[in-house]
Amino acid sequence: MIIPRRPLSLWERLYLPAVWGGFKITLRHFFKKKVTMQYPEERWTVPAGYRGAPYLVRDQDGRTKCVSCQLCEFICPPKAIRITPPGPQPNPGVGNVEKLPQEFEINMLRCIFCGYCQEVCPEEAIFLMKDYSLSGHSRAEMIYDKERLLALGGTHQDQHQKWKQKAREAAAQGIAPAPEATP
Amino acid sequence: MSTSTAAPPKAGPPSVESLTVKVDGRAIVVPKLSPDWQGKPAPTTMIQACEAAGVTVPHYCYHPKLPVAGNCRMCLVEFGTPALGPDRKPILNPDGTLKIAKSPRPAIACATPVSPNMEIYTTTPGVKQMREGVLEFLLINHPLDCPICDQAGECKLQEYSVEYGQAASRFAEQKVHKPKQVDLGPRLILDDERCILCSRCIRFTRDIVGDDALGFVNRGSYNTLTHYPGRPFDNNYTLNTADICPVGALTSKDFRFQMRVWFLRETPSLCTSCGTGCNLLIGSREDRIYRYVPRENEAVNGCWMCDAGRLNYGWVGRRDRLTECRMRHPKGGWQVTNWPALLAAVTEKLAQAAPGSVALIASARQTNEELYLLSRLATRLGALTDAVPRPGQADHLLVCADRNPNSTGARVMGLAATPLGANLPRILEGLRSGKVKTLVVFGEDVTALGVEPALLARLDAVIVSDILPSPTTELAHYLLPGCAHAEKRGTFTNVKGRVQKFMKAVEPRGDARPEWETLTELARGLCGLGNFGGIEGLFNQMALDIPAFEGLTWSKLGDGGANLVLPIPPQP
Repeated sequence: MIIPRRPLSLWERLYLPAVWGGFKITLRHFFKKKVTMQYPEERWTVPAGYRGAPYLVRDQDGRTKCVSCQLCEFICPPKAIRITPPGPQPNPGVGNVEKLPQEFEINMLRCIFCGYCQEVCPEEAIFLMKDYSLSGHSRAEMIYDKERLLALGGTHQDQHQKWKQKAREAAAQGIAPAPEATP
Repeated sequence: MSTSTAAPPKAGPPSVESLTVKVDGRAIVVPKLSPDWQGKPAPTTMIQACEAAGVTVPHYCYHPKLPVAGNCRMCLVEFGTPALGPDRKPILNPDGTLKIAKSPRPAIACATPVSPNMEIYTTTPGVKQMREGVLEFLLINHPLDCPICDQAGECKLQEYSVEYGQAASRFAEQKVHKPKQVDLGPRLILDDERCILCSRCIRFTRDIVGDDALGFVNRGSYNTLTHYPGRPFDNNYTLNTADICPVGALTSKDFRFQMRVWFLRETPSLCTSCGTGCNLLIGSREDRIYRYVPRENEAVNGCWMCDAGRLNYGWVGRRDRLTECRMRHPKGGWQVTNWPALLAAVTEKLAQAAPGSVALIASARQTNEELYLLSRLATRLGALTDAVPRPGQADHLLVCADRNPNSTGARVMGLAATPLGANLPRILEGLRSGKVKTLVVFGEDVTALGVEPALLARLDAVIVSDILPSPTTELAHYLLPGCAHAEKRGTFTNVKGRVQKFMKAVEPRGDARPEWETLTELARGLCGLGNFGGIEGLFNQMALDIPAFEGLTWSKLGDGGANLVLPIPPQP
């Protein structure tokens, strides 16, 4: 199909009126309130419920809440999470929790901040925090290990502390008390 | 497994008397007698009828291979039988059908025999309520520690709670706590809180193994599973209790906190630890084997396998596996090479060998296909051959005195002497006298058989294929890295002459490749054999050439294997 091109009218051929029209718009915005943010110096206020980077948390007693059930590893759509379970060697430090991740890695280059890990976690051990600007000098640096995730995640006030509660109940019933959970 | 000894004389085809029952409105014909846990004919139970009708009845304590206990009450169903009049004749409905009198009480499907024209209802509101009630009771004191429980993912309590249970718990009281992390024996951990007291483990070890080691103590909510005081639960079949435990009460120490089961890919395979050839599933993830679990095969191992065989997988992932093709320099020292160069050199060396100057020591741990190709090579080279015996102690259940998985295969192929290893002294003598100038060794350490290292150094060529390093591989002139059974496909013939196939679970390490591929190329170069087009074609060719395999094809083997046609003379 051929679309015939209309020849320019005299007014249009004059050129300057169109330039003036453009300047008018520019000048109007020049005096308006600025919307641009000076990003690295100025930061955006992250709203509540924002899905930033997932980090691990400890409870108020300093216990690593993750028990390496590997549900987040299973659900993670981009397969960013990699957990190494502790294996059969008994760990006397963990009390009745029995199980802690030996290693917990999140590849932040793969993470898509979907929040499935937080949703699936039965222990409230992983949360999507407010960090959105992650950077590093190498790919290896972008794979966050357990220590780094725990340091970034901080403390989560656990209202239930179910493992502590279970240990207390068992001790009260005369079942060999498991040592109080420690990190 | 066989009924040859105890069966009555008329046992041939058991009584074909059958009766009709209706399961959820669908009429099916079931035999009057069905095999019970020992395989003996017993009145067909409701649960067997439901299974025949394709209706799932949830159950915990019932196991087809264990005596019926009937204590979990999960399989409760409602049923009705034909109503009888005062004359003991069935009452008919106006339309001529039998009038069914519904039983006022439910019955446990696992222990109730069916009767003619019985109707079984598994989907009524009453049955649904009963299942909910049973699950609610079972969950009262259950700790719900699924996140740290190794059974999660294959737990019947989880599955049935989702399928038949209530959405929420009504239990507000404190749970009864019981001992956790109990060291039950060298291979098992017991968590008494998770136990639902189905008694499967107790019945298994008492009635199948004959080691009455487990039992319940205390009563009511404090009822607890324990082992005989002062004696660990350590027979060779303990880990089967972890398999049949429907919950996470009994878990394997070896698999404890290693990997969640939903990550494991299950590959049908075979146990290589003895000649029984127990069927198993290899659980692997990303080329690492995490566990073996038995796979049901009525003709071989039932549902069970021994602990020794089950835990014998660590060597597959050993770090010192042979992963490089190596040739010895004429001036000494190793030269790492590649497969084409290595195979060309080996073919040339073997082609030059004078007839009668070659000895071949095969391994009865190799597959039928590999042994077949080796026997073709041996015929071409006029080689003296044998395989290495591995005698052991047999037991009353599954373990066989022959610790090679494929001694029968080695004998059927004509590679091994009868008894296995009878030719080894002759080979040794040939080596000593200098008559044997080329030694081909597959998967065995000949230095352990009395071949001195100096003797090997004197030979023209020592061609060795193996998986793990040994003194023999160190002395080899040509080293062909091989594969574990989990890294290739193939078949074994067990001591009873059953040919069974196994599948590939993990990738071979490094340059290692299946021996049958290596041997196919050697056989092509030396015997002019063609390409078989994969393991299927190789097996089918072997079945054509070896009379004992007559009529078998790879696809006919199926999952459970097939018996050899010719009777195999038992080994003395």
